[in-house]
Amino acid sequence: MEYILIIISAVFINNVVLAQYLGVCPFLGVSNKVNTALGMAGAVVFVIVLATIVTYLIQVYVLDKLGIAFMQTITFILVIAALVQMVEIILKKISQPLYQALGIFLPLITTNCAVLGVAILVIKKDYNLLEGVVFGASIAVGFGLALIILAGIREQLELVDVPKGMKGVPLSLVIAGILALAFMGFTGIVK
Amino acid sequence: MNQMQNFTKGFFKENPILVLVLGTCPTLATTSSALNGMGMGIATTFVLLGSNVVISLLSGVIPDKVRIPAFIVIIASFVTIVDLVMQAYVPSLYEKLGIFIPLIVVNCIVLGRAEAFASKNSVLSSFFDGIGMGLGFTMALGIMGAFREIVGSGSIFGYKFISGDGILVFILAPGAFWVLGYLIALINRLKRT
Repeated sequence: MEYILIIISAVFINNVVLAQYLGVCPFLGVSNKVNTALGMAGAVVFVIVLATIVTYLIQVYVLDKLGIAFMQTITFILVIAALVQMVEIILKKISQPLYQALGIFLPLITTNCAVLGVAILVIKKDYNLLEGVVFGASIAVGFGLALIILAGIREQLELVDVPKGMKGVPLSLVIAGILALAFMGFTGIVK
Repeated sequence: MNQMQNFTKGFFKENPILVLVLGTCPTLATTSSALNGMGMGIATTFVLLGSNVVISLLSGVIPDKVRIPAFIVIIASFVTIVDLVMQAYVPSLYEKLGIFIPLIVVNCIVLGRAEAFASKNSVLSSFFDGIGMGLGFTMALGIMGAFREIVGSGSIFGYKFISGDGILVFILAPGAFWVLGYLIALINRLKRT
C-alpha cells in the first residue's frame, strides 16, 4: 500500500515537471514529436532508476560512513555523469536497437535536473533503497507521461496559425501551464 | 568598451532566460515571490562568477578531453560553498529554495558559459561575462517573481497592499509556466521591431 501511495503521488499529484519544476529543459526541448518523446522517456526511466540505486548506496556506505555528507553535490553529479557515459558505452556494445532508440538522448540526460533532483530527494526524504527505487521510477514515469502528452498536443498545434512571437517555446510553456492546471485536479487523492 | 559589452549583453541581447531559454527549472520554481527569485539569482550569480574566473584561469591547464568533468567539479565546488553559506546565514531563504540550491550544478547557464565563453577568453572578460549573465538572470527572475507576487498574493517583497488573497493560480505551477511563456513571447515581439 505504501508503495502504491508513493507511485500515485509521484506520477500524478507531485508530477515532476508540472508540479515540482524539475526537468523542464528536456520537457521543452524534445517534445515536438511523440516518437522522440517516447525515446527520451525510456532513457530517463532507465537512467533515473540506475542513478537512484548507485547514489543511494554511495550516500549510505561512503558519504555517511566517512562523515563527508557535504560532498554530496559534487559526488552525485560526477557519479551521474560517469554512469550516463557508461550506460551509453554498454548499450552500444550489447544492444544496437536499444542504443539506436535511446542513444542520442543519453548525453542530454546528464544535465536533466530531474536525475540529480531525484537522487537528492531520495536522501532528503529518508527513503530506504526499495522505496527510493519505486519513487525514482515513478518520478521518471511521471516525466514521460507529461512529455508524451505535451508532444501529442504540440504535433497537433503544428498546423495552427499562432502569432509569430508565440511560436515554439512560449506556446509550449502556455500549454504546459494548462497541463499543470489539469494535473492540479489530482491534488487530494492521497493525503 | 569591449568589457562593457561583455557585461551588458547578459541583460537584454543574450539574456539567459528570456532570449536563450536556459535554466528554466529554477526560473519556474523559485519565482513565487520577488525575494525568492532574486535570492536564487544572486546565488547563481556567485556560482557563475566563481566558476567563470577559475575556469578561465585554468583553461591552459585542463586537458581538452576531460574538460567537461573538470568544469563540473569546479562548478560543484562553488555550489557547495553557496549551499553551506546560505544554510548558515540565510536559513529561511535556504529553506524556501530547498533542493534548487544544489541543482544550480545542472543549471545549463553555468556550464554553458564555462564551455562557450570562460574557457576561451581572458580572466577579466570572463569576470564581466559572469557578472553580467548572472545579473541578467537575477533581473529576469526578479521581474517574474515581482509580477507573480503582485498578481498572485497582492504583495511585493513581502509587503501586502491589498486585503485578502490575490489570484492564487499565479503563485502555483500553472502561473509560473504562463508568466514565463508570455514574457518570452513579449521579448520575441520586441526583438522584431
